[in-house]
Amino acid sequence: MSDSWESADMMNVAAARELHDGDVCLVGVGPPNLAANLARRTHAPACRLVYESGAIDARPRRLPLSIGDDDLAATATAVVSVPEMFNYWVGAGRIDVGFLGAAQIDRFGNLNTTVIGDHDNPRTRLPGAGGAPEIAASAGRVIVIVKQSPRTFVEQVDFVSSVGYGPTGRERRARGAGPTLVITDHGVLEPDPDTNELTLTRLHPGVTVEQARQATGWALKVADSIKQVDPPTAAELTALRRLRNREPVDA
Amino acid sequence: MPRPVPLGEAIAAHVHDGDTVALEGFTHLIPFAAAHEIARQGRRHLTLVRMTPDLVYDQLIGLGVADELVFSYGGNPGVGSLHRFRDAVERHWPHRLVVHEHSHAGLANAYVAGAARLPFAVLRGYRGTDLEEQRDIVGRVTCPFTGEELAAVKAVNPDVAVIHAQLADRDGNVMLWGITGVQREAVLAAQQAIVTVEEVVDEFPERTGAVVLPNWVLSAVCVVPGGAWPSYAAGYSVRDNDFYQQWDAVSRDREAFLAWARENGLPTTEEVGAHV
Repeated sequence: MSDSWESADMMNVAAARELHDGDVCLVGVGPPNLAANLARRTHAPACRLVYESGAIDARPRRLPLSIGDDDLAATATAVVSVPEMFNYWVGAGRIDVGFLGAAQIDRFGNLNTTVIGDHDNPRTRLPGAGGAPEIAASAGRVIVIVKQSPRTFVEQVDFVSSVGYGPTGRERRARGAGPTLVITDHGVLEPDPDTNELTLTRLHPGVTVEQARQATGWALKVADSIKQVDPPTAAELTALRRLRNREPVDA
Repeated sequence: MPRPVPLGEAIAAHVHDGDTVALEGFTHLIPFAAAHEIARQGRRHLTLVRMTPDLVYDQLIGLGVADELVFSYGGNPGVGSLHRFRDAVERHWPHRLVVHEHSHAGLANAYVAGAARLPFAVLRGYRGTDLEEQRDIVGRVTCPFTGEELAAVKAVNPDVAVIHAQLADRDGNVMLWGITGVQREAVLAAQQAIVTVEEVVDEFPERTGAVVLPNWVLSAVCVVPGGAWPSYAAGYSVRDNDFYQQWDAVSRDREAFLAWARENGLPTTEEVGAHV
């Protein structure tokens, strides 16, 4: 097998590395699902996966295709109703890490998953808020996984579906710490400690600061000392490939 | 209603043009067969309520059944867009669809308030989001004890709730298990409730975490094995992931969608148009 990899692999691997043993992680569809299950199969076998469908401590044997797969309920410690999940678990602050995606993100980590254009007459109707607003508000920390492009990294989001640090970076009132990491296919952005402006702090292997700037719809702030992300290991790539092929964990 | 009735009879008796109807089931136990019967009977001008519209509402929206949609996440899980939903919102085909949207927490709590016959529910979310601009369904209240400002969501009380469950017993009590979503709340929030089930048994099995709904909160129970396909009923079927994938291509194109509707005997807007 070749150990070649693509920027999307690096993004998923970088996201997985941010989960630690014991973390309670709320998992949504798409890249978050891949990252969380990758963490569980590599360095963080004891991280706890919670799915908004109600499965608590799910241990899926194969990568679930949806958040409601039967394998999640079958392997969970507890399965709770959706109101219970959002009131007693998410809203109450029992989630350490929430992974979110977005169609648009601004420099203060505010996220749009609702519409492109006007809400009443949108150019593009997106899926909507789902579980994200409460995860963004109440999870201990939020990790946004999103590919970087000027269409996605915009000066102003068309609709605030989930709040990061607010319109000027100073309006966050929620319980959790907000989007502490934004992991892209170019690198990693973190909020500036003083202003909460997303700042490029790490670059993936082979990516330049200039490329990251080109992929951002605002004048991207870059940290003074930028770190290099380690490339994916063979073990990470193997686990990622097996997850994508939906191979059972014990096969 | 202890005796199971045919699905067609239940829909004809309880679902009327212009009703607010909630078909619930969070990925699991989605009442597809009942939805198709609603379409088959040519119901129109419905306000459809559902946390995750999923394929089931994509189909009803494309068929022209709905005028309004109350929801919290409108995607094809793990696949992408709901193209009929998008076509209705973006290009008003087959007609304009008015949307009222919540977060999952917001709509789940709106059902909870509805089930309790309270006017609204409180939660901490929504603050600072543009969802708050929907002032007819989202507001703010101040806690009388701490002064904390909280989000309020207006209760949802559908005319009819429709769900699919694994079992009914001979008395018409209903049992469901696995991912039970928001079905208990939807049924208790509604004025009427129709349940389709996989089978009828003499006695319910022991099931940890099962939801049991007594017959006297239900209007009709119908035996419809496989009534959740292409979603699934834990213990009876598995999710037909291929259909969810294939729906992307079917729903992307109006002609392909209309062909699918014809093949399945589901009348479209033009066919029902005479009495709209």
